[in-house]
Amino acid sequence: RRLETHKELDLDDEDLAKLQRFTLPPMNIERPAVYKQTTMRPLRRCQSARAHFQGHTRNRSLGRRDSNQSQVAFSSTIEKDVAPDSRLLRRVREAALQTENLSPFIHMKTSTSLTDFFLALAICNTVLVSTATEPRQRVTVPPPIKHSGITLEKIHQIFQRLKLASLSQSFSSSQSSSDLGASFSAKNTEEQLAALDCCDDDCCGSGRGEELQGKGSTDIGSASLDEVFKSVTNSSLPTEFCYEAESPDEAALVYAAQAYSFTLVSRTPEQVTVRLPQGTLLTFDILYTLGFDSVRKRMSVVVRHPLTKEIVVYTKGADSVIMDLLEDSAKADISAEKRMKRIKEKTQKHLDYYARDGLRTLCIAKKVLNEDDFQKWANFRREAEAAIDNREELLMETAQHLETKLTLLGATGIEDRLQDGVPDTVAALREAGIQIWVLTGDKQETAVNIAYSCKLLDQRDTVFTINTDNKETCESLLNLTLEEVRKNYEVEKPRRKFLGIIPTSFSASEAPSPEFGLVIDGRTLNVVFQGGLEEKFLALTKHCRSVLCCRATPLQKSMVVKLVRRQLKVMTLSIGDGANDVSMIQAADVGIGISGQEGMQAVMASDFAISRFKHLKKLLLVHGHWCYARLAKMVIYFFYKNVSYVNLLFWYQFFCGFSGSTMIDYWQMIFFNLFFTSMPPILFGVLDKDVSAETLLGLPELYKNGQNSEMYKLSTFIITMLDAFYQSLICFFVPYLTYEDSDIDVFSFGNPINTISLLTILLHQALEMKTWTLFHLATMIGSVVFYFVFSLIYNAACVVCNPPTNPYWIMEKQLSEPTFYLLCLLTPVVALLPRFVIFALRGTFGASLILKAQQLDKLPKGQQDLEIQKLRSRKQTTSGAPVASPASNDDLEQNVSHLCASPFLHPAAAAVSHGDTESWGLSASEVNPLGKQTPEEGYYFFNRWAEEESTATAFPGHYPLVPSRVTTTGQDGGKLTKDNANNFNHGSHRRSVSAVTL
Amino acid sequence: IDYTGTEPSSPCNKCLNVSWDSTPPCTCTINFTLEHSFESNVFMYYGLSNFYQNHRRYVKSRDDSQLNGDNSSLLNPSKECEPYRTNEDKPIAPCGAIANSMFNDTLKLYRIDNDTRTPITLIKKGIAWWTDKNVKFRNPTGDGNNLTALFQGTTKPVNWPKPVYMLDSEPDNNGFINEDFIVWMRTAALPTFRKLYRLIERKNNLQPTLQAGQYSLDITYNYPVHSFDGRKRMILSTISWMGGKNPFLGIAYITVGSICFFLGVVLLIIHHKYGNRNTSADIPN
Repeated sequence: RRLETHKELDLDDEDLAKLQRFTLPPMNIERPAVYKQTTMRPLRRCQSARAHFQGHTRNRSLGRRDSNQSQVAFSSTIEKDVAPDSRLLRRVREAALQTENLSPFIHMKTSTSLTDFFLALAICNTVLVSTATEPRQRVTVPPPIKHSGITLEKIHQIFQRLKLASLSQSFSSSQSSSDLGASFSAKNTEEQLAALDCCDDDCCGSGRGEELQGKGSTDIGSASLDEVFKSVTNSSLPTEFCYEAESPDEAALVYAAQAYSFTLVSRTPEQVTVRLPQGTLLTFDILYTLGFDSVRKRMSVVVRHPLTKEIVVYTKGADSVIMDLLEDSAKADISAEKRMKRIKEKTQKHLDYYARDGLRTLCIAKKVLNEDDFQKWANFRREAEAAIDNREELLMETAQHLETKLTLLGATGIEDRLQDGVPDTVAALREAGIQIWVLTGDKQETAVNIAYSCKLLDQRDTVFTINTDNKETCESLLNLTLEEVRKNYEVEKPRRKFLGIIPTSFSASEAPSPEFGLVIDGRTLNVVFQGGLEEKFLALTKHCRSVLCCRATPLQKSMVVKLVRRQLKVMTLSIGDGANDVSMIQAADVGIGISGQEGMQAVMASDFAISRFKHLKKLLLVHGHWCYARLAKMVIYFFYKNVSYVNLLFWYQFFCGFSGSTMIDYWQMIFFNLFFTSMPPILFGVLDKDVSAETLLGLPELYKNGQNSEMYKLSTFIITMLDAFYQSLICFFVPYLTYEDSDIDVFSFGNPINTISLLTILLHQALEMKTWTLFHLATMIGSVVFYFVFSLIYNAACVVCNPPTNPYWIMEKQLSEPTFYLLCLLTPVVALLPRFVIFALRGTFGASLILKAQQLDKLPKGQQDLEIQKLRSRKQTTSGAPVASPASNDDLEQNVSHLCASPFLHPAAAAVSHGDTESWGLSASEVNPLGKQTPEEGYYFFNRWAEEESTATAFPGHYPLVPSRVTTTGQDGGKLTKDNANNFNHGSHRRSVSAVTL
Repeated sequence: IDYTGTEPSSPCNKCLNVSWDSTPPCTCTINFTLEHSFESNVFMYYGLSNFYQNHRRYVKSRDDSQLNGDNSSLLNPSKECEPYRTNEDKPIAPCGAIANSMFNDTLKLYRIDNDTRTPITLIKKGIAWWTDKNVKFRNPTGDGNNLTALFQGTTKPVNWPKPVYMLDSEPDNNGFINEDFIVWMRTAALPTFRKLYRLIERKNNLQPTLQAGQYSLDITYNYPVHSFDGRKRMILSTISWMGGKNPFLGIAYITVGSICFFLGVVLLIIHHKYGNRNTSADIPN
């Protein structure tokens, strides 16, 4: 049915358009009734949605998002294919047409706000435009009027012919010129396909954007229309734009605008050109650009509208900030005020929904300045720019001065899609004993949602949320929570002890103890840092399985990392992909940058760079483990090598009157470490894999081996040193006893010792080595051969070199004596016997996981998997205790804030209001009795609907010291419904939500 | 046979406090009995104890290029030879402490057969390595073969009674290529060492080289060892294919072999008993 109506409408539309040459379309009638209400259509790969006010759309969006998670890998290309919502698209076009034709004379408020919204999306950024033919179109200013004229004419022509075509192929077109141009001039690329896809959907109105279908119709359509468009493409602008944005969010917004036919055509420092749906090119003069900064949390552009000549300020920023800066509607008449309020509320509600869906929200607002005001402000601005002292502050001040009394245009939600394999990775890392924190700049709701979706928080977890910006409250909250946690902890403790004694079978039946999660926001963090509450905070976090810090500034992120690093004395790892993660990455012991959407800053600042979050699993579990094992073994081996070799010389001192003479020739001594025993250890250190990668990935517990420093312990060190002593003793005294009281000379005595020591050291390494390749064997043998060859040549050639003494003909002589061979056979065997026995016994009796894993490696493939499964299942049943007590010394900082960046656009309703005064009104507390529910399922929600300090123009003077005051109900209403929604939402996940609002 | 003469009863006790240049040289005779006859070639060693020939400063106090016959080094020895580099403004040949302290006792072996002393032929060639004699050690080159002329401008080492060109009468065993000298110059690795002194070749297949019986050793006692508590010995030994007589290696091999065998058995038992549990399905925790 819908399909039909759409067709009808489309035809209608088209006809009308033909008749009226794009004057007022007939869809206006619909608008007052369903004010900006549009449906949301799921599309493959890309979504752009206009949220409903009703709940069901939200649910749909939820489901869709979930399904996408599994399908879609990563978002690097996705951000481009934003498929517009059909009805919104149409309305936008109409609105645009309206503005085109009627403005500046007639002001249709709704339509302009829509147009404005998309204009702002397209304009309010710092995106650079480049095309395939002409990269980075900075200076070109296309002559707008001329082009639009041509295009319009052409389009008309096209439409007429198109109609003929559509008769046979049911390809009705409601495309605007720009869409057609975009789709057809270069139809090969995927984005274009997607764009067309949505157009088709639009036409048939099926609401299910099957890509295949879209493709099919595209082919048909394009085949017949090719010739038609050939004529157009020549004259029209290059239509394949590449946008280069500072952040993927910006680019996403621009692509979104493009999807709704507001194409950003070019940007120069002075001008920005946008193509409207009709193909008109509007060139705005950019008067000022107030760049984004993290304090203001918004950016603005001041432009002069080319048609109306109005000076317009478009502001884009964090919702909390923008909401505060909205126009005070007091002076307007009552009804307008009410409407504004309603709009605000609704927008806020949408924003909350978006956030809960894990979308990143932004608000777009505008403000029209009159010439005088602008001039006045411009003077200020110029002064500020010219100022020498406090320039930054002055600039900030002017910016803040301008960005007031804004009119809300709309809100957007950008989906930060989780990358592939994130929950898996998180689970594996956790299993490996790594504690994971999330430090994000996102909204709290967004962050919590992401945390749930990536299994960072479990539905069963008890989650504490702390939001406050008052020290006392914060402290008391921390205390309260700490107590709560400890109580739980205490309860668990005896049981764990019990588990320690009888470590099997019982624990499986017991319900897993509640894990704790902590959610804290940036302001609270601030309080924590300034109020000296770090220790309490850390004490709490130590008990928590995961910690989320939302709305954290880059500085706070790095401060948290530093705090954890300093106070908990743990190894920290930061992973992030955005520029705002740089400080955090640098603060941590190990910084990992994810290269991707958000530019290269994080990668530049990092120690390691990976391209997907899921690669972190392999990086840590496999390469981290290997690296640790190699390092540990190498360090020990080098100690061993030098101890055992230098000790030989030391033993000799007992027989040379402690005069420091050596029985080995200097050159052979120098070359011993340099060449004879260098290659095999290097290979060992680079290539050794004590356990195969598959096993390591299969058994994340193996990583704990490194965390607990099991390979490089004091005992290992001492044993190795003793072994080294023993070996050097053997290597010295066996030849000594052999040659005792003979006519052996110094170098003839040293030569077998040197040889024996070489063999021993190399064979020792051969014992340690777990990976044997041909290469290893070759270097091993090569080293020995090289030693002999070198010695032979050196001892033969050097008659009088190297005064005063040289080992002339020693090697040759020795090789002709059987004693030498007998020694070389016997001594290494004796020297290595103890270690060999230890290894053998450990291999038989040893119970360490690593050894088991090594044994697993030797099994055939299928059996190996089976064994891993078995080991794992055993682990899960028996390791209640280790999991329950997070290995506090092995924290791992992690920023998952930018796991992914696929724009999921919700160009939201333009006018739902949520007063900021109301937010403050809620700062009193209201304890919900539900909070005392079963702790296993409890979801403690300490919340505080407060706004960011920086923007709080109406900052309330009072802070609730004691959570006692009950707020006025009028303003509370909206909030309560919110909570109810919250309840409802989470209830479905069998999680009872109680809100303790402060 | 120790002939240091520390004990008063020793015939060499009188010579205990000889100095390098004592004239006339002190001589003493020690009689000894061989229990068994020596069948093959016999090597006659002199042994020194507590003589740190491997001391760092001692070891390097030599000039190999001088010994190699380099004329410039002959007259201008290496700095390493200090303080035995020059004597009365003349370069010492051979320079250095090693050469200076060369062993200069003369040992003569007699077989006492019915109170008649039959001297035993001691061969003094072939005791040094072939390469040393022919490659490493060379007399200085020059016109003529007169070593006296070739060593013109040098002086003898401080402790030597005679200059280097008068070590032996034969021209191919004189100067730097004197084999006693070469043997001495190969510094011993350990403080207790022996050095080959002479060879006693088996004359024919009918008789053993040294029959069991009474022998006497005539010693021209020149080398003082009493000052550093050293000992001097004369060793007669045959060598097998394995070199000198030293039971250690054999013992070691037997010991290690038994240990390995024992361990092998133990590990085999252990492996047999517990070994297959690791590959079995249930790995106990």
